[in-house]
Amino acid sequence: MRSKSVATLAGVSALALYSSMSIAAGEQSKYNLPEPQSVIAQDIYDQHIMLMWICLVIFIGVFGVMFYSVLKHRKSVGYKAANFHHSTTVEIIWTVIPCLILVVMAWPATKTVIAMKDTSSPDMTIKATGYQWMWGYDYLQGEGEGISFFSKLSTPRDQIENRAPKGENYLLEVDNHVVVPVGKKVRIILTANDVIHAWWVPALGIKQDAIPGFIRDTWFTADTAGVYRGQCAELCGKDHGFMPIVVEVMEEDDYAQWVAAQLNETEAAAEQAEVDADTEFTLDELSEKGEQVYAAHCAACHQPNGQGIPGAFSALDGSELVNGPVEGHIEIVIDGKANTAMTPFGHLSDLDLAAVITYERNAWSNETGDIVQPSDIKDFRN
Amino acid sequence: MAAVHGDAHGHGHDDHHPTGIMRWITTTNHKDIGSMYLWFSLAMFFVGGTLAMGIRAELYQPGIQILEPELFNQFTTLHGLIMVFGAIMPAFVGFANWQIPMMIGAPDMAFARMNNWSFWLLPVAASLLVVSFFVPGGAAAGGWTFYPPLSTQGGLGVDMMIFAVHILGASSIMGSINIITTILNMRAPGMTLMKMPLFVWTWLITAYLLVLVMPVLAGVVTMLLTDRHFGTSFFNAAGGGDPVLFQHIFWFFGHPEVYIMILPSFGIVSEVIPTFSRKPLFGYSSMVYATASIAILSCVVWAHHMFTAGMPVVGQLFFMYATMLIAVPTGVKVFNWTATMWRGSMTFETPMLFAIGFIFLFVIGGFSGVICAIVPIDIQVQDTYYVIAHFHYVLVSGSLFALFAGAYYWLPKWTGNMYNETLGKWHFWLSMFFFNLTFFVQHFLGLAGMPRRIPDYALQFADFNKISSLGAFGFGLTQVLFVYIVINCIRSGEKSPEKPWDGATTLEWTHLPTPAPYHSFETPPVVK
Repeated sequence: MRSKSVATLAGVSALALYSSMSIAAGEQSKYNLPEPQSVIAQDIYDQHIMLMWICLVIFIGVFGVMFYSVLKHRKSVGYKAANFHHSTTVEIIWTVIPCLILVVMAWPATKTVIAMKDTSSPDMTIKATGYQWMWGYDYLQGEGEGISFFSKLSTPRDQIENRAPKGENYLLEVDNHVVVPVGKKVRIILTANDVIHAWWVPALGIKQDAIPGFIRDTWFTADTAGVYRGQCAELCGKDHGFMPIVVEVMEEDDYAQWVAAQLNETEAAAEQAEVDADTEFTLDELSEKGEQVYAAHCAACHQPNGQGIPGAFSALDGSELVNGPVEGHIEIVIDGKANTAMTPFGHLSDLDLAAVITYERNAWSNETGDIVQPSDIKDFRN
Repeated sequence: MAAVHGDAHGHGHDDHHPTGIMRWITTTNHKDIGSMYLWFSLAMFFVGGTLAMGIRAELYQPGIQILEPELFNQFTTLHGLIMVFGAIMPAFVGFANWQIPMMIGAPDMAFARMNNWSFWLLPVAASLLVVSFFVPGGAAAGGWTFYPPLSTQGGLGVDMMIFAVHILGASSIMGSINIITTILNMRAPGMTLMKMPLFVWTWLITAYLLVLVMPVLAGVVTMLLTDRHFGTSFFNAAGGGDPVLFQHIFWFFGHPEVYIMILPSFGIVSEVIPTFSRKPLFGYSSMVYATASIAILSCVVWAHHMFTAGMPVVGQLFFMYATMLIAVPTGVKVFNWTATMWRGSMTFETPMLFAIGFIFLFVIGGFSGVICAIVPIDIQVQDTYYVIAHFHYVLVSGSLFALFAGAYYWLPKWTGNMYNETLGKWHFWLSMFFFNLTFFVQHFLGLAGMPRRIPDYALQFADFNKISSLGAFGFGLTQVLFVYIVINCIRSGEKSPEKPWDGATTLEWTHLPTPAPYHSFETPPVVK
């Protein structure tokens, strides 16, 4: 009986897999949710394990009966068919019991849902903004208020395109970590600049979509210091797989130091910006800076050589708009173009915008010779 | 009351049809149209399957090797759309066309010419989808759910997709109206609703669902189209709209759609299991009520696809409870099938193997479904490979396995020939093995944190992705065997006995010769 032994084998191996999932839990995260680092993540983890056990018991019950029947009630062993076709009692029993099991499942879940939605009285609030394809963070309230930065994938292209060996945190590393103190309730406010993204850190048990034009919020309190990695979880276009999230949880003292350093930098940058606003830069200065800005914000679509991707992303090299009047160029960069992949970049600083526009107008085969100064951007914004 | 010709000579009209290509273009015969639906869906199954092979090839190892991210997104998007709208749905309509008239004792479908039109819309829509790969900017790349604002960013490919969805929707609505009318008006005398075979019941309920939700899909894609081209802002916050509105409307269609693809499978399995158990279906009426309950519940659970989009506590709780409730009628079905097998006299020909495989794997998909219904857990697994594993367990080992069960079950009736039983069993066991190899490990990937729709992944996901890809290649190749088996059956299969399955009790087996004549039941049978 080949089919018989294969059927048994299939049943046994599926059961083995299912149970190994539960047993492997806790030891490693390859088969299961990562080790929880917050109360909510712990609740989720425990409920998942509980459900796995319930499912396993039902599985063994149902398929135990079915495969007993498959083995014994077959024509080839001469079993004669019975002729019963309903039993109200049995049918009521197997309708009511699942209902009771569901109540057992729903009870703890309900408590967790209520807890995870309670974003009130946080110790600090951070706004996370999704961009195609990076995250922006603004510390809005609490210790660190005023800190603001972008956080972008730091894995080199060479690793992605298989020209270099892949590092330990391949695709899960960024230039600037979101740093938070341990044991504090952190409220994350989410929105997006262009399309829907989702902010997900599995170890902290939070995932929330970031929706352009709307504000959503969620929260976590990290139990222990450490670095926790996550990824964007909502398809957001070409580089959806390349905008990770890295949360670094620090002890309180370390966090205070980090905040001080960041605020110093922010202050210095603000002063510099004020100076820059009235400085007249040379073409070379702007182009050099512009090339960096271009690589960080534009090259993903328009490509480093300015050729774009035909049909999907316009070429800038030789483009009519780039070689046309300066005002049109500034406008499309700051405001974007509705219903296209060209999203607004008004969140960049005046200097960055001036630099990148100057760069684009004088790079590749473009030779307008135009210089756009930060003051021009300021004028446009006003 | 049955609408019949009153032709006393039985099969008098047999050969009154054009030959060659015109036979197929002009046909109004439910069997011809059913065959065309089935061949079309098989072809689309291979188109969608090829895309899946591309996806799995890219994911075979970390790094970008074969598909650039933009093309990868086009592959995942079109894989989903083609499999849902091109393969699974038309296959079930094909079964409906062939089987419903024969199972209720009707001569044909109620609206024969509209039937022809509903089919011939499909190749047009399918061409639009396939050709969109070759227009500037390529095919739609926003996922099969095409959420705005991402889908408002796309190019011509998105418009072609929208048009294709419109056409497919029109085809489905016409098909459903036809099925409803046929079932309600053309049953043989004596066949009361509660005597209909379960396959007919499930299709009746499915058809109502289709009529309810297809216009909703048409509406939402139209809104997307006007947002893209005519300056409206339904889904654009800057103009006073809301991107999440799209998700609500889409899933109001999308969730019932899930059941549209599974209810007819329940029907097929409910025909196959009793036949090969040689025992009547256990709990016929509770099966009917369970199907209806699932259909009704499916209309009030849509937002469980959106737990991470952000909604009030009460909303999350309501959609969680409603979703969990679906487990009850679904459980009833599984228990009924088990009770049907219990103390039967079973044999395990290919249709029965696929039916048991269906129950076995569908239950695993059901378990992961309950786990996904629990909001806190869903927060972790939403948009990860866990969800991919979940819905392939219900769609591939659910709908597709049931389609295979049905195909092997009715091939002798349709062609007059038997398929090769040994090859059929190979097809089942290979499918079973490779399917699980492909998708079981994806549960682990999702739990460990791999998001869906990414062309490249972190190194800790490498092992399972490799296993999954190998499984997928094996599964894809195995399906070529199915095509061979079908062609072999038609061309040179052994002649089928009049009633190859001794446990079969429905009209097409008890009242019609094998193969079924071109025109059947011109005089309705009397059902006692």
